[in-house]
Formats: sequence, structure tokens, C-alpha cells
Amino acid sequence: MAEPLVVFERVVKRFGEFAAVKDLDLEINEGEFLAIMGPSGCGKTTTLRMLAGLEQPSDGEIRLAGRRMNDVKPSERDTPMVWQTLALFPFLNVVKNVEFGLKMRGLDAPARNAKAMEWLKRLEIAEFAERDIAQLSGGQRQRVALARALVTEPQILLLDEPLSALDAHLVIRMQGVLTRLQRELGITFVYVTHSQSEAFAMADRVVIMAKGEVEQVGVPRAIYREPVNRFVAEFVGRNNILTGEVTGCDAGTVTVQSEVGPCIAPLPDNRSVAVGDRLDLVVSADVVTVSATAIEMDNVVACSLISEEFVGSVVTLFLETDGGAELKAQLQQRDIENLDTRSGTRLFLSWQRSSVHVLPQ
Amino acid sequence: MSSERAIAWFLRAYVGLVFCFVFAPIVSSFIFSFNSDRFPTIPLGEFTLHWYETIYNDPDVWDALRVSVISAVSVSLIATFIGFCTAYTDYRYRFFGKNAYLALALLPPTIPLVIMGLAMLAWLSRIGMSGHLYSIMIAHVVLCTPFAMAVIRLRLAQMDPSLEAAAWNLGAGEWRTMREVILPFTAPAIVSALCLTAAVSFDEFAVAWFVSGLNKTIPVIILEVLQGQVDPQINAIGTFVFITSMTLVVIAQVLLMTRQRKGVPGG
Repeated sequence: MAEPLVVFERVVKRFGEFAAVKDLDLEINEGEFLAIMGPSGCGKTTTLRMLAGLEQPSDGEIRLAGRRMNDVKPSERDTPMVWQTLALFPFLNVVKNVEFGLKMRGLDAPARNAKAMEWLKRLEIAEFAERDIAQLSGGQRQRVALARALVTEPQILLLDEPLSALDAHLVIRMQGVLTRLQRELGITFVYVTHSQSEAFAMADRVVIMAKGEVEQVGVPRAIYREPVNRFVAEFVGRNNILTGEVTGCDAGTVTVQSEVGPCIAPLPDNRSVAVGDRLDLVVSADVVTVSATAIEMDNVVACSLISEEFVGSVVTLFLETDGGAELKAQLQQRDIENLDTRSGTRLFLSWQRSSVHVLPQ
Repeated sequence: MSSERAIAWFLRAYVGLVFCFVFAPIVSSFIFSFNSDRFPTIPLGEFTLHWYETIYNDPDVWDALRVSVISAVSVSLIATFIGFCTAYTDYRYRFFGKNAYLALALLPPTIPLVIMGLAMLAWLSRIGMSGHLYSIMIAHVVLCTPFAMAVIRLRLAQMDPSLEAAAWNLGAGEWRTMREVILPFTAPAIVSALCLTAAVSFDEFAVAWFVSGLNKTIPVIILEVLQGQVDPQINAIGTFVFITSMTLVVIAQVLLMTRQRKGVPGG
């Protein structure tokens, strides 16, 4: 079987004493949209910069299309990047910016102009070809940066938080542009972001990094529903994480004495569990049911409402059990229209055992 | 409210007075250069171009102008080149002793000119290089390079650090990036450094006086005329020198201002 397009093999990057990336093993397939996500300082941008040749790995090996890249100069890599600051050349107009990569490859002026105009049309900014960069809006600049990076038709495109400076509604539009482009071109996109919604909305696979190490790699659904450890569970989504000792263990279920009382969960198939073990359970905020009276479910917890966060169609309720543990519930606004949502109201949170995810570590 | 207005008027008057104080000698020199009387007295005599004719017909003045122009042009080219290299080194690299490097590079203008001139004379004559046209150039390059470096360094500081990496990323090697990105980006600062260093070299007296020998520059010839006889010729030469330097400085300033409006994309 052919090797994946990009392979990071035990890659380490140290800045002095500080290890920004530790023993990174990562494979990126041809034609996939991979998002690398993590809090700031997790090493995601360093990883991307190593792939572009802007940082040299301290140890390990990076291969692109089977070729060792460690000592290849950035200018000889063909790994164009869309920068967080966009890094458009302010002294060149739009079309000259887009032509830059072609000019470096020695294409003559008419050929590169034709090619650049083709990409400007594709990104729907052909009418701004002769404008100065300073005269463009944020969204238009974004498109120029994309055109400039893609004009040489590379195998892989690197994107370093390119949407972080845009307004929310423009982010959604540019996400559409990016996913469409990636499908049409069929090339690999490596997208670094700290935004969960951007990563989940666009990526085929998501890499979660923390403190220079990969915590989890998987499709967005798996990252969201089956986090592998506490860090991912806390970083992704709105999860309730319950911890406690196993008190019972039979017929495919475990009972854990957690901070909200006994909680019934499915027996994990990837680890053995015995009475007395400590387990972390993830109950996603969007799998719980909220009701004014107790209902028939595997797990029912009585709480009082503390506060409500309303962001349009989705509402998050913050609740507290009698023992003082905090829980979150995320619901559609119409689902709670006939609930009393004043602070202090007694409510019941319920969930089935099948909705509980047991952290494997 | 009225006291605020009073303060505003007072401040305006104050600024006006400062400008008067600074420009009065230059303006009076300008006016008396067209005055027929031999001594600067009021009321003025008749309007005349006589003093300009005198200097126009004086071969010494022409020699001095030739020396001044040759040294100003070569000094500005050499100083701007060295200044650019120094500024780029500072922008691009981190190395041990960088602060000392910067302090040394910016030091020459802080040395009193008389000391600098004396030291230059002592050093250049010891190695047998004093009294030539190139002696003035060497001394002025030392004096002017820090100005060129400061102006270009300021411009480089406004550059998005990703810009250079973006050029590499798009397939430009280091020299190509220098030509296609760094030089175009710093071009306004380079031109203004050229003007500024030319103006400094053109005006500079003390160092030139020490090292020039028989190759007198314009400021040196002014002093000699002044020592010989007090004569409105001085006003005529002074006006000429003032207009030349001001033109260069104004060009430099205009370039500095346009680059602030353009170049750095907002938003």
C-alpha cells in the first residue's frame, strides 16, 4: 500500500528548553481535509510551519509524497500556505499578488496573467484585479490569499487560522468556499484552528493537540461523541464529566457512584472494569432530557436551575444538584418553551445509559 | 470655557513665536541676499542679483560645489547601502551581542562633530588618506550611515513578519525575496534615506573642514569667505545651500508620510 501523502515520524521541535512539539506521529492522506485543533500554544501552528519548511524539526522525520523534507528549503517545497495575517504583498495589486508564485516559476507575463485571472474569476473577485490590497474588504482579501496559494495547483494547501479575523457571518461563507474548493480540486487541505465549529464543519478528520502532543485523531463525530480522555472531553463541546468509583458491574452495564449520585453506564468494550475502579463518564449536554417531573429513564437527577444561556435556537441550562455538583443541558429553544426557567426552579435531568460515554483512560 | 480659549490662543502664539525664532535668521539671510547694500541694515537698499552674480563668477565656489555634489551623491549611495544591510541584519537575525551591535551602529551622530573631525583627521592622516576627496566621503559615510539605517529600520519594523516567509513559501529563494519583496517594500524608505544622507553630507561643516585639505566643500568655502570679508555673498550662498538641503529633506519627509498612508493594509 502506498504511503500517505504526508508522514510525521516521531517529530520533535524544541525552542531552547521548551518542546513545542513532542514525538509527533501523524499521517495525512491524499485528498483529505484535515483540521488540527487545540488551545493556543499546543503546537498546532509549529506543526504546520514544519510542514512548510519554516521551522526545522529538532528530531524525527517529515516525508511529503515519500520524500524526506527535513532539509528542503521552503521555496523548494510546493506547500503553499494561507497565513493568519494573510501576508498579501501590499506593494502589488490583486492580480500581481496572485501571479507571484507563477512568476517565481518563470512563467512569462501573459501566461501568468491569464492563469491568475482564471483563479480570480473562480473565487469571484475578478473585478478587483487591478485594485490595491488596501482597498479590499476582509472577505475579499481572504479570497486573494486563497487564489495566490492555489494558483500553482499544489498537491497540498496549508491554512493557518485563516478565518480568525473575519466577522461571524463571513466565516460561515468562507467555510462554504473552502469546502467546495477542496472537493472540486481534490487536494489535501491541512487546516489549523482553535475553533471547534470551523474544524467540525469542514474537516474529514480532526487532530486534537495539547502541549505539543496529539490527544486524539478521528472523524468529527468520533471526537465529539467518543473523546478518548478528559482533555478532549473538556476541550470539545459542552460535556458533563462525572467521576466516581464503580459499585456494580453486570450484564454489560456498570454503576458508578459519581458526584451526582449513582450513574448507570454501558460497560466499555475496550477496557476491563472491576468494582472499586475509578471511571470518568461523559454525559454530553445535548443528550440529556429536562423535565418538571421525574420520568422513567436509566439515570434521573433532581436539580435546581441556576441560569440560562440563550443563543438563538439553542439554549444551555446550568443546573446544580442538591449535593452541589454542576450540570449542563443543551436543548432546542422550542423544547423548553413550556418549562418554568426561573432561577431556582426544581427540574429533573434524565439520560439513558446508552448516551453515556466511558472515557477509556 | 473662555479660559480654555485663552490657553488655546496662548499656545498658538507660542508655536508661532518658536517658528519665528527658528526661521528669522534664515529669512533675513534670504532677504539680504537680494539687497544692494553692503551691510545688512534697515531700510533696505535696492533689489539686486549682484551677490548671486559674484558667486556665480567665482571659480572657488564652483570647485566647492563640485566637491560637495560628488561627495553628497556618493556618500548617500554608500551610506544607504550600508544602512540597509545593517537594518536588514537587525530585522532578520537574532545573534549574541545584538544590542551592542545596534548601539555601535547608531553611535556616530552622538559624537560631537569637532571630536569626530579631529579623530578622523588624526586617523586618516596616519594611514595617509587625509586631504583627498575620498577622505570627505569616508568621514561622511561614517556620519550618515546611522541616519539611513534608522529610516530603513523603521520601515522594516512595519512589515508583517509573515511577508518574507510568504515569498519563500511561494517559491522565491532568499535573494529573489530580497529583490521581489524586501526592496519594493522598503523602497520609499530607501529613497528618503538617499535624500536625507545627501542633505547631511551637503551641509556638514566640521568634519569636512578637518579632513578636506584643498578639496573644500560649500560649507567650508562659506567659512573662508566669512573670514576674508563680511559680504552679502554669504547670504546668497547660504540661501542656495538652504534651498538644496530643504528640498532633499522635504522629499524624504513626503515619502515617509505617503508610506504611512499606503503600504500597511488596515482592517
